[in-house]
Amino acid sequence: MLLEPLEFIRPHIDWHAVAPELTLLAVGAILTLVDVIFLERGRAYVSSLAGLGLLAPMIPIITLAIDGTDRSLFGGAYVVDDFALITKAIFLGSGYLVVLLSINYIADGDYWENEYYGLVASSVLGMVVMASARDLITIFVALELLSIPAYLLATWRKRDLKSNEAGLKYYLMGVFASAVLLYGMSLLFGVTGSTKLVDINAALSAPDSSEAVITLGIVFVVAGFAFKISAFPFHTWAPDTYEGAPTPVTAFLSVASKAAGFVAILLMLFVGFYGRDDVYQPLMWFLAAASMTAGNLMALRQRNIVRMMAYSGIAQAGYMLAPLAIAGDSPEAADAALSAIVTYLAIYAVMNLGAFAVIIAVARKTRSADIEDYRGLFQYAPGLAVAMTVFLMALAGIPPLGGWFAKLDIFLALVQPGSPEGVILAGVLALNSVIALAYYAGIARRIWADPVPDGDMTKVSVPPALLSALAITAVVTLLFGVFPRAVTDVTDVSLLHGDAMDEDADLAQADG
Amino acid sequence: MEDFLDSWGLSLAVFLPLVGAAVMMLVPKAMEEVHKQLALLTSLAVAVIGVLLLTNFDFDRSGELQYVVDKEWIPVVSSRYIVGLDGISLPLVLLAMLIIPLCIVYSWNHFPEPHDPKSFLILMLILQTGMIGSFVAQDLVLFFVFFEVVLLPMFFMIAVWGGENRRYASLKFFLYTLFGSALMLVSFLALFFLAETADISAETLARFGIDYDLGAHTFDMRLLPEAAAGIAQSTGLWLFAGMFLGFGIKVPMFPFHTWLPDAHTQAPTVGSVILAAVLLKLGTYGFVRIAIPILPEAAVEWAPWIGLLAVIGIIYGALGCLAQTDMKRLIAFSSVAHMGFVMLGIATLTSFGINAAVFGMVAHGLITGMLFFLAGSVKERYHTLEISRLGGLLVQAPRMGWILGFSVMASLGLPGLAGFWGEFPAILAAYDPANGVPVVVFRTYMVVAALGTVLAAGYLLWLLQRTAFGTPKEEFADDPHIHDATVPEYVAWAPLLVLIVALGIFPNLLFRTTDDAVVASLDACLSVESTSEADELGCDPDIFETADLGEPASAETAEG
Repeated sequence: MLLEPLEFIRPHIDWHAVAPELTLLAVGAILTLVDVIFLERGRAYVSSLAGLGLLAPMIPIITLAIDGTDRSLFGGAYVVDDFALITKAIFLGSGYLVVLLSINYIADGDYWENEYYGLVASSVLGMVVMASARDLITIFVALELLSIPAYLLATWRKRDLKSNEAGLKYYLMGVFASAVLLYGMSLLFGVTGSTKLVDINAALSAPDSSEAVITLGIVFVVAGFAFKISAFPFHTWAPDTYEGAPTPVTAFLSVASKAAGFVAILLMLFVGFYGRDDVYQPLMWFLAAASMTAGNLMALRQRNIVRMMAYSGIAQAGYMLAPLAIAGDSPEAADAALSAIVTYLAIYAVMNLGAFAVIIAVARKTRSADIEDYRGLFQYAPGLAVAMTVFLMALAGIPPLGGWFAKLDIFLALVQPGSPEGVILAGVLALNSVIALAYYAGIARRIWADPVPDGDMTKVSVPPALLSALAITAVVTLLFGVFPRAVTDVTDVSLLHGDAMDEDADLAQADG
Repeated sequence: MEDFLDSWGLSLAVFLPLVGAAVMMLVPKAMEEVHKQLALLTSLAVAVIGVLLLTNFDFDRSGELQYVVDKEWIPVVSSRYIVGLDGISLPLVLLAMLIIPLCIVYSWNHFPEPHDPKSFLILMLILQTGMIGSFVAQDLVLFFVFFEVVLLPMFFMIAVWGGENRRYASLKFFLYTLFGSALMLVSFLALFFLAETADISAETLARFGIDYDLGAHTFDMRLLPEAAAGIAQSTGLWLFAGMFLGFGIKVPMFPFHTWLPDAHTQAPTVGSVILAAVLLKLGTYGFVRIAIPILPEAAVEWAPWIGLLAVIGIIYGALGCLAQTDMKRLIAFSSVAHMGFVMLGIATLTSFGINAAVFGMVAHGLITGMLFFLAGSVKERYHTLEISRLGGLLVQAPRMGWILGFSVMASLGLPGLAGFWGEFPAILAAYDPANGVPVVVFRTYMVVAALGTVLAAGYLLWLLQRTAFGTPKEEFADDPHIHDATVPEYVAWAPLLVLIVALGIFPNLLFRTTDDAVVASLDACLSVESTSEADELGCDPDIFETADLGEPASAETAEG
């Protein structure tokens, strides 16, 4: 077999297609170099540099979007299509907002700054790669690239025991999840003989495929990513990690990292296992229903707002998983489900980051995340109170704030195929929206109606970076609610053209 | 001018309050006078638009939507920005436009604790947008958005400016309503997917001037009655059930009414007024505008149950009133009873009953709004609404006492005042409900509802006797705070009082407006009078029992 010497052929690289990743890589490198060369003198500039650096890859993304052609590289392992572009934009946007949230938090806390932004950039790079990955190995590399910096970031308050606990728990759970995921991937590779998702789908859909191993492989892969998105019953790390980690990092985990997990699940389901809806549909139905119900019920009992946001995030993950339970019914259902989830991810990112921005701002005064410390916020910080109300009610899905449309889209996707599973899950979701409102409105009520504890009316100082993050998220939350077209025009994507992405198309594109 | 009204009038009426609220947000909190003036100015401007809409309204075509605007909104879910005004929505829109400026005037000098006129008035204006929007929206998603927009301001109004138990009451109000509307939304979406636009005839499309591609499904309320005709009977029942929950909780119907007494008792005066005068009507309006026209066959099946809950509400609300010790809570329970009459009128599914229901909505809005204003003024003077501690209002504040007496008479349905025309025709309509609706059952309801009016007279007169008659209790006998009605109170009340009399004497002012629209909204099969006509219309013989039409019972009805 090895008689002929293996000739290395340099793969054709479409530089335009990988420009966002390269830009981000350069940004990460510059951040590290600034630290090495300028030492303490660079501290003042590194946050601004990181912020701009995370926005810079938007330029190639926009040019790619204008160009509009789907590009496929490395034998179909790396694809740049509408789905990849919009999810990349979500990651970069969330990353930018997280930097805005971090600037004063990290500087005031006297934590390492340069490394912090470097790690954020490399984690975002992992996410951006994930969006384009269409191959088991690329997906795994992307997952680790985004996770390992996140483990470090969670322990950033290193003099605080809770932060150490947060990081360690996150790390151990994350590594365990990776192991489960890898085992599932190895099973799938064993059955199908390929790491490319398109080939896996073809092999899995073949009639003579061995049932037990495939089922096990799919379940393990889904379970591995379910840790990442903190779906019930793989959520146990989330509340502790969220509470202990620095709040901007919590925001990062709850939005960007979760979105990356979702992107991975979407890729696996729509490109890798689409033909095996008999396996993944019941699994997703259970994960969705259990996550939203358990998350909401546990959120009701929380006294710490960050823990509450953790459980609310578990419930929101349940909402987003729901359309996957019917995605296999028809290609139309699949497209509707995918668009609904991507829409939800985009809107969720904005409103959740907004809520964390308020949490960070309020903690600047109260030094606490206790829900009771939100009493009377309206009296001494009306602006923050209105903003928090907007974000909480958007999360609850009250029109005309962004979240309502996200939920409506999920409902539509669920009801569309007309199957009893979908309609029942829509009913479960409707009931859960009511439970969720109880705790969101509970906070709103404390903010507006309760007296200020100890009559302490000192104002909250909101630094410019945080203020701009608040302004951006609030305006966009409202905009998405009143003109949902602003988001649906870009989230109307499909992943079901996988067959067209085979070698031939790839080569044809490379030649042309 | 007319062109401007046609294309912008309704949108302006809906969004002008929001513009006013946005301007007020920019003005510092301390400038209270400016806030009051801005809010009043905005609401008056909206009222002026309302008057223009009224004067330019073509009453000969009140069955059709006028001032229609139909623009693209969210193409991915085929939802469009469609607004329009017909004879049913016109009076309700005007009611919403009238109540808000009156509430602003009423609160001019006494904002409830913790004061803060800026936030209070902003919430009021947002409420107005939601209310007007709900009554003019002609797209289910748009309707849903406006229907929900009113929740937040009302939640905050109760939670911040409410009474002692406001935390509980506000959350209860919010959760109950959201529960209903969440299931209602699922129904809307199922309806969307089950109704086929292919079933819509070309004439209908031409009539509504639809020259764009509808797609396979639509949320357009104007087209859905036709598009939904193909939905299976059993599915239709479920869809109706979802809407029933959503609208029924909002009305509120027995047994979903429990949020209402708490919300009313705890809400600030103005909050109660808006809640009673307009918000409750969103529920009944939903039945009249959405549930019944779109799913007439399911409505026929559900009608006996709606009627049953309605009469239980009438009796239960009345008995509840008799047991209350708090004046505001009593008025709240009387709302449950009055809305029972409205729902009974709707449940008959006849144009007569629904006309009565729409009249009942407006009359209840005016009268109960007035009663809540009075309760607020009593509370302000006596600092209590405990009926046992009140008395002698006619001695201490004679004009207010007389106005209370007048409103009570209107509320119990005295002929010559507006309340009569809401209740009496609704009871009468139950004698002869629509085809397919069991006649015997509804005649029983009719008798029970008639007994309810006696109870209503009982509790209302008893209320008047205990609060207005007699001599003041010792603790208030020499209280200098107790004075007669003030100028802002007169200004706020006069339009309501005038309208109560005017509509009582000339009920045709309203019936003339609503009748065509009600007839247009009802399925023709519900009122056919002969088998041949029914066959011609292709009515379902199982549902509309066309075979029974020749029986003496119906003939008798026709004569009676």
